[in-house]
Amino acid sequence: MKVVDPLFGALTKTWQFTTRNKKAGIGSFLLLVLLLITAFPTFFAPYDPTAEIFTPRAGVTWSHILGTTAFGQDVFSQVIVGTRQSMMIALIVGLFCTILSVVIGVSAAYFGGLADDVLSLFTDVVLVIPTFPLIIVITAYVKSASFWLMVFVLVLTGWSYGARQLRVQALSIRNRDFLLAAKARGESSWYVIIVEMLPPMTSLIVANFLGAALYAVLAASALQFVGLGNINTQSWGTMLYWAQNNEALATGMPLWALAPGIAIALLGSALALLNYAFDEIANPALRPVIRTRRKKVRA
Amino acid sequence: MKYLARRFSFLLIALWAALTVNFFIPRLMPGNPALAMMAKFHGRVNPSALHALEVAFGVNTHQSLMSAYFQYLGNTLTGNLGVSVSYFPLSVSSVIAKALPWSLSLVGVATILGFVSGTALGAIAAWRRGGALDNVLPPAFIVISAFPYFWVGLLSIWLFSLTLGWFPLLGGYNETSTPTWSVAFALDVLWHAVLPASTILITSIGGWILTMRNNMISVIAEDYVKMAKAKGLKPRRIIWQYAGRNALLPNLTGFAMSLGFVISGAILVEYVYNYPGVGFMLLQAVEQEDYALMQALFLLITVAVLLAIFISDILTAILDPRTRAQS
Repeated sequence: MKVVDPLFGALTKTWQFTTRNKKAGIGSFLLLVLLLITAFPTFFAPYDPTAEIFTPRAGVTWSHILGTTAFGQDVFSQVIVGTRQSMMIALIVGLFCTILSVVIGVSAAYFGGLADDVLSLFTDVVLVIPTFPLIIVITAYVKSASFWLMVFVLVLTGWSYGARQLRVQALSIRNRDFLLAAKARGESSWYVIIVEMLPPMTSLIVANFLGAALYAVLAASALQFVGLGNINTQSWGTMLYWAQNNEALATGMPLWALAPGIAIALLGSALALLNYAFDEIANPALRPVIRTRRKKVRA
Repeated sequence: MKYLARRFSFLLIALWAALTVNFFIPRLMPGNPALAMMAKFHGRVNPSALHALEVAFGVNTHQSLMSAYFQYLGNTLTGNLGVSVSYFPLSVSSVIAKALPWSLSLVGVATILGFVSGTALGAIAAWRRGGALDNVLPPAFIVISAFPYFWVGLLSIWLFSLTLGWFPLLGGYNETSTPTWSVAFALDVLWHAVLPASTILITSIGGWILTMRNNMISVIAEDYVKMAKAKGLKPRRIIWQYAGRNALLPNLTGFAMSLGFVISGAILVEYVYNYPGVGFMLLQAVEQEDYALMQALFLLITVAVLLAIFISDILTAILDPRTRAQS
């Protein structure tokens, strides 16, 4: 019998997935480029993003392909260096939200009864309280939210949607034979949940991670845009804040405000495309219809 | 009616949770920032109004946390929300009453319009599987959903107001005119609402299209739909009265669940357009450290969302006979 190295098998599966599914392919390519920029910003950025040394309000030129700000900083360098914070927010908030969703959603389904009632009620209440106003109220008292405070409030408000979805899926596999067999063997609850229950749910868990990451990117940039983040850090949201405060759109520097938005949209699209690709894996009915030309039968 | 009773008790629990969160947030913050706000008030406000604020923010009170909590609940439920700093000497409730109609009409109409048209488009896309609509809409809206709401607002201001000059720049009406009940003023208000409403519509419609399409795809595969086709019913009748009616149910629940996200986006759209609604007022209250107004607005938005969810529960009960069955 041929033994396939599990790591190798997983890698080839991932490779097939990204090359065969168009949405996954575009999404992973975008994400890869942005990860490279996150890792090596100085390699891609032509100038120091904070240096106020150029002609202010300059239009598009070869040396400043996105123009300069009202303070004489290079817009392109700011977009490049700002990638890191958005990416970190996406990955960290996505990770913590997913952990919370899995713990709360899956244990609600596994334990059932009163535990399920309490956890589901809690999840639903958190879900219906409008998140953004809540985030605004919390950060308003702090004035300028630091990176970790932002992560904290985003995780606090972002886990409930995933928990609800995961609970539903966990409920559907709770009474399958392989789980009952594990319980009959006398395995502990933790063993059953981690080793038996979670693996079949992988694609939904990954989809939830991507959804939470997308939520984090959009909410964090919105928070910084209205001036509730730390306005002295380099990020796409704070770029939008400074552009708006200097009326970049009305005073002939539209790229200062438009470029960071497009950058957010690129990261967001990458996450959203991968998210839908994972949905298509979990539910084959959603996959695009492949059109084959049928020959007309003539009677 | 067991279903509605259960949903109503959920409404009450969520409401209580929101009130409690609202009560504890200022108390959990280091060095109670509301103190600075209170200092501005001394000697200017009548003692009972000041006391209501003190109870709400936990300043200067010698009462226990529990009795403060119950007094706060009583104050809030009777509409005694304190005095606004930025609109002094107006009370918070009267300030909010001015902004509320603007938001209700703008956000309400845009959200309902987005839901209805998105659901219809999603149903049609799923029915003509592999057709032009089905191939173009989902990927397009996956990308659009990744754009920040407020940035779409900025882009349309730049394009349609500043560059092309088709629409007015900011605000809810022409600042030089005074609000009156006249046709001219109504037209002016509509004219100002076009861009913000379209921004909310464009950014929220994608979610409804995608979820409705996905629900519809699984419903169309059911036997009773095949049966309807085999009977030779008109496609229109199958889409709306057979498949659509069932596919709509999860979408209605989804509407309730994601309303919070839509409202969050609408706050930013109001902010970008300086639209005189609740969301713009919330961010202004933050800027001016008007904490009483800010907390009241948070509660108001939450209550609005919860009520909308309850309405969608009632609609579900009407559309889905299973919820009415005695079990």
